[in-house]
Amino acid sequence: MSDLLIEKLNFDYQGNKVIDDLSLTIEKNEIVCLLGASGCGKTTTLKAVAGLIEPSSGLIRISNKTFNDNKSFVAPEKRNIGMMFQDYALFPHLTVSQNIGYGLLSKDKKANSERVSEMLSLVKLEGFGDRFPHQLSGGQQQRVAIARALAYKPSILLLDEPFSNIDHQVRFQLIEDIRRIIKDQQVSAIFVTHSKDEAFAFSDQLAIMNEGRIIQQGTAKSLFQNPKEKMVAEFLGQGVYIDAQYQGDLKFKTPLGCIISTQEVDYDNQQGTLYIRPQYISLKSKCTSKSAHSVTILSKRFMGTRYIYRINILDQEIEIASTDDGEFNHGDQVDLNILPHPVNFFIN
Amino acid sequence: MRFSISRWQIVAWSAGIILTLPLIFLIFESLIPDPDVFDHLWNTVLWDYTFNTFVLIFGVLVLSSLIALPLGWLVAYCEFPGKKQFEWALMLPLAMPTYIIAYVYTDLLDYAGPVQIWLRNTFGWQNPDDYWFFDIRTLPGAIVMIALVLYPYLFLIFKTALREQSFKLVQASQLMGYSAIQSFFKVSLPLARGSIVAALALIAMEAMADFATVNYFAVSTLTTAVYDTWFGYYSLTAAAKISGIMLLFVFMFLSIERFSRRNKAVHERGGVNNDAMLYKLSKYHGFLATSFCCLVLLLAFFIPVSILVGYAISYFDQAFNSEFFIYAWQSLKLAAIVSCICVALSLFVVFNQRLSAKSIDLIPGRMASMGYALPGTVLAIAVLLPLSLLDNAVNQFVGQFMEEPGLIFSGTIVAITVAYVVRFYAISQGTIEASFSRISPSLDMASRSMGKTPGQTLSKIHFPLLRRGLLTAGLLIFIECMKELPAALLLRPFDFDTLATHVFQYVSDEQLELASISALFIVLVGLLPLYFITSSMESAKLEEETANE
Repeated sequence: MSDLLIEKLNFDYQGNKVIDDLSLTIEKNEIVCLLGASGCGKTTTLKAVAGLIEPSSGLIRISNKTFNDNKSFVAPEKRNIGMMFQDYALFPHLTVSQNIGYGLLSKDKKANSERVSEMLSLVKLEGFGDRFPHQLSGGQQQRVAIARALAYKPSILLLDEPFSNIDHQVRFQLIEDIRRIIKDQQVSAIFVTHSKDEAFAFSDQLAIMNEGRIIQQGTAKSLFQNPKEKMVAEFLGQGVYIDAQYQGDLKFKTPLGCIISTQEVDYDNQQGTLYIRPQYISLKSKCTSKSAHSVTILSKRFMGTRYIYRINILDQEIEIASTDDGEFNHGDQVDLNILPHPVNFFIN
Repeated sequence: MRFSISRWQIVAWSAGIILTLPLIFLIFESLIPDPDVFDHLWNTVLWDYTFNTFVLIFGVLVLSSLIALPLGWLVAYCEFPGKKQFEWALMLPLAMPTYIIAYVYTDLLDYAGPVQIWLRNTFGWQNPDDYWFFDIRTLPGAIVMIALVLYPYLFLIFKTALREQSFKLVQASQLMGYSAIQSFFKVSLPLARGSIVAALALIAMEAMADFATVNYFAVSTLTTAVYDTWFGYYSLTAAAKISGIMLLFVFMFLSIERFSRRNKAVHERGGVNNDAMLYKLSKYHGFLATSFCCLVLLLAFFIPVSILVGYAISYFDQAFNSEFFIYAWQSLKLAAIVSCICVALSLFVVFNQRLSAKSIDLIPGRMASMGYALPGTVLAIAVLLPLSLLDNAVNQFVGQFMEEPGLIFSGTIVAITVAYVVRFYAISQGTIEASFSRISPSLDMASRSMGKTPGQTLSKIHFPLLRRGLLTAGLLIFIECMKELPAALLLRPFDFDTLATHVFQYVSDEQLELASISALFIVLVGLLPLYFITSSMESAKLEEETANE
């Protein structure tokens, strides 16, 4: 049974369609990431689920309770939703404990304070209860925010770019911690970000958004291997397009020579475009063989563990990482070798 | 989408509409023909009054520019002895009501005053025919008095504008061969033009609204005309029509102010300057700068205050009497009531603005804030119109059953209270809007998502965080109420005086000595906002610094 159901959600703002017929389902205890460039409507979707904005039309149902349809709109305070904000939104005039206890509406003071200490130990902040938010580090504030959002056992947790203010070095450690806490508490979550690395690390399912719509939903691996649209492929990483024709037997005929797929495909002799990612391209010293496609090294950068070469393939510039010891130099001619890989093929 | 009205919207819109009613009544009333009084005035003296008003405004603008622009430049860019103290001290004259400074200088400079007596004794002159001495109680005299207390607006705004400009611009100009003075005229002044014009528009409005000085100096302007028409002819319509003329001026100044602020955003995107000054003045120039600042301060503040203190000491027994306490108490009470009403109303209006995503809910706040632009006399007439209508209606209705209650609105303290709320609401709206904007909207969302209603969010989250802002707003309004004169003169009920009207009465009777303690008290209260301006600037600086960390 699904935990969250959104059907045909629309939101117009000053004549613009910010959300356009969006539908999404989330299964129990699943973390789904809305991934997209800024302005694609992902935060607006989150606010609509929380009831912080009123959608123009559409259905929102959480745990079988209807929160929004054409007849009714439930106020945010009556939805029992947990939300974690980009700036954490900790109340500056309340202590850590008071912040965490803010959403505990029960009259039972003892139970409330027990729940607060439980949450404090869950996020490993025992002994910090009497501090004020400004006395904590960014990472600690974030853990208070998650404790506060989970303290009242919300039916779903919404996270709005919660990691964007965290230093790069500690970000992925925190992502792991928070993911563990959410899984621990057995709550479904929607996570909004524009960073695919965060999305891969944090979520079970990805939903790629563009212009108010969900283009494709699935696990990171399935999206990576079978993008339905070019936009999805591009969003998940750099690459170059080359014209190709499927010739059967997992083989594609291209201007760069024959490219072999390592995953099953189901095409006739169709014309289309292959999207080739840099990790499947390797560079070799030029040899005399005529079949190989050769390119010029445009620039070279030493990155410590590897070299990055910038090359131009069929008028598209791309950067290729290489673990060689920098044998190629600016202006050198090199041969391309496309390794067999699970191809992204878009039929014309 | 469903359509619904929240109770916040109801409160906000009611406040907006009620506070706008006087202005609407005034505009309609001023369109009614009034052949007796107004046409008579129009054919005789009104053009002179308008001309005087125009000369007064123009003169004040020129003189306050001559004072404030050099002062602003010196304090913003130059290092000279006493600069740090002058930065706030030069704001002190704002606390000085014009009727006090006008009275003090008249006392000092007229025929029987110490200056002329000293001149006569020194040079052996016997009577007025022996020498020429200027008469302070004239239009030019009024211009000097008003400019001396209004220049701080321009000084403050110009100084801030200069600080916002990057020093690098001036440095670049100097590297390209222009002197400091040339760079001022070629770079700093044009860049600050938007701010200067905005400040001048403010000064023009204040100068036009001045009643006390011109009345005391017997210079007839539109302000005194409104007052005289009401008390001389009891013609509300004629008073409303003259007010209408002033309203046209106000709209003109307001549009100029708005327009120049719009340009400001484009031109003054400056850099951050460190505390080091651009120029370190030589000993000689530094001495000149210090002397100039001292001279302005002496004339505009310290001479009048020390004379007041002198009065207060020699007339202590007569001035420190029960009258002072009665009027001080009445003023304090009135000011406190008005502050509370304004703060409460604007808290609801601004909260509704925040709650509603629709830009239409910005309208009540804008509407309610319009009263600030009304000169006191105009405001008084505007408030009388709907209130007397209301009085008539009540009396007619109640009169059917029992004795008529009389003027329960326009003839009581209600009228002054309403007028002050209309006039000073904008202060609390502005202050509270600013404090609200410093609270991240995600705090609201967090509280709502955790099961709290808008009302609970207001009381648990916003109210504690806004406390300082609410207090500031209340205090600023409180002080303005203590100082306000012309509206109180026109609207005060029989037997009611504020400290300001009390002092002005004694000014008119040439006996300020007897009210000197009340006058000093008004000046002292007026000094409070200066503390707030300085401390809020410092806290803004502090916030910036912590944000950068």
